[in-house]
Amino acid sequence: MKNKLNLLIIITFLSFCFIIFYKGLSNSNTYSPKISNKKNIPIFEAKDFNSNIYLNSEKIFEEDTFYIVNIWASWCVPCRTEHPLLMELSKNQSAKLIGLNYRDNLNNAKNFINELGNPYSQIMIDNEGIVSVEFGAYGVPETFIVDKNKKIIKKFIGPINKEIVKKIKLIIQ
Amino acid sequence: MKILKIFIIMFLSIGFSHLKSEEKNIELKNKILKNIRCLVCQGQSVYDSESEFASSIKIIIDKKINEGLEEDQIYEFLREKYGDWIIYDPELNKNTYILWLLPLLLFLFGGAIISKNLNNKK
Repeated sequence: MKNKLNLLIIITFLSFCFIIFYKGLSNSNTYSPKISNKKNIPIFEAKDFNSNIYLNSEKIFEEDTFYIVNIWASWCVPCRTEHPLLMELSKNQSAKLIGLNYRDNLNNAKNFINELGNPYSQIMIDNEGIVSVEFGAYGVPETFIVDKNKKIIKKFIGPINKEIVKKIKLIIQ
Repeated sequence: MKILKIFIIMFLSIGFSHLKSEEKNIELKNKILKNIRCLVCQGQSVYDSESEFASSIKIIIDKKINEGLEEDQIYEFLREKYGDWIIYDPELNKNTYILWLLPLLLFLFGGAIISKNLNNKK
């Protein structure tokens, strides 16, 4: 009787472990931080890509409109893939597209923009990646939506695709 | 001559105290970096990693230490940006209490079984 009970306990325990691990298999193995509640945009200062003048975040996000912040770099291959979609998004008048050039060589970044077009209304330079960390990003490309109250309401990790563009358009409408 | 000696002693003591505080900052920086997970790497701390993400975090932590932030304040800053996962040593909160209390419960449970068995043998 005691042996049977022990066996039952062991089988239950093993089944429990099996279920936990089996469920774990279907989980994504890449970690993406959650944005549980709306966060304010970070306070930062960065150099403007074209004028080389330092601007603060208040100045960059001064208009009463939605902003789409896209972190990109010329060395980032997925950035090239998403670029046509950013060009499409730039035609939308309900949001301003801000580019954050992440740890890049300025000449390469300029060539990238000259070759593929400039979807951004403003590009800021983030040579050390500090501004991106302040946004809570951990790589390129990443896209954030900032609402009219200057709060980050959505974050897309990795290159955007048509589905994401649809979602963005719905949000900024 | 005496004044010169005093000046030399003062100069050296200021220099050494500056070096000491710098050394302290480096120690603190390394301690923090070893306790931060590199989110884009496989099983590496930010200290061990050379990825773009890790380099940015190293710069920002350096900056925060120089601004005079304490270790806990830096962890709080990172936790706010990236969640609990970025810290290797998780703090006790509603999401982690099982993690912290389970070993203790297992230890007590095991101890109870052992003492019961010993009592039965007697």
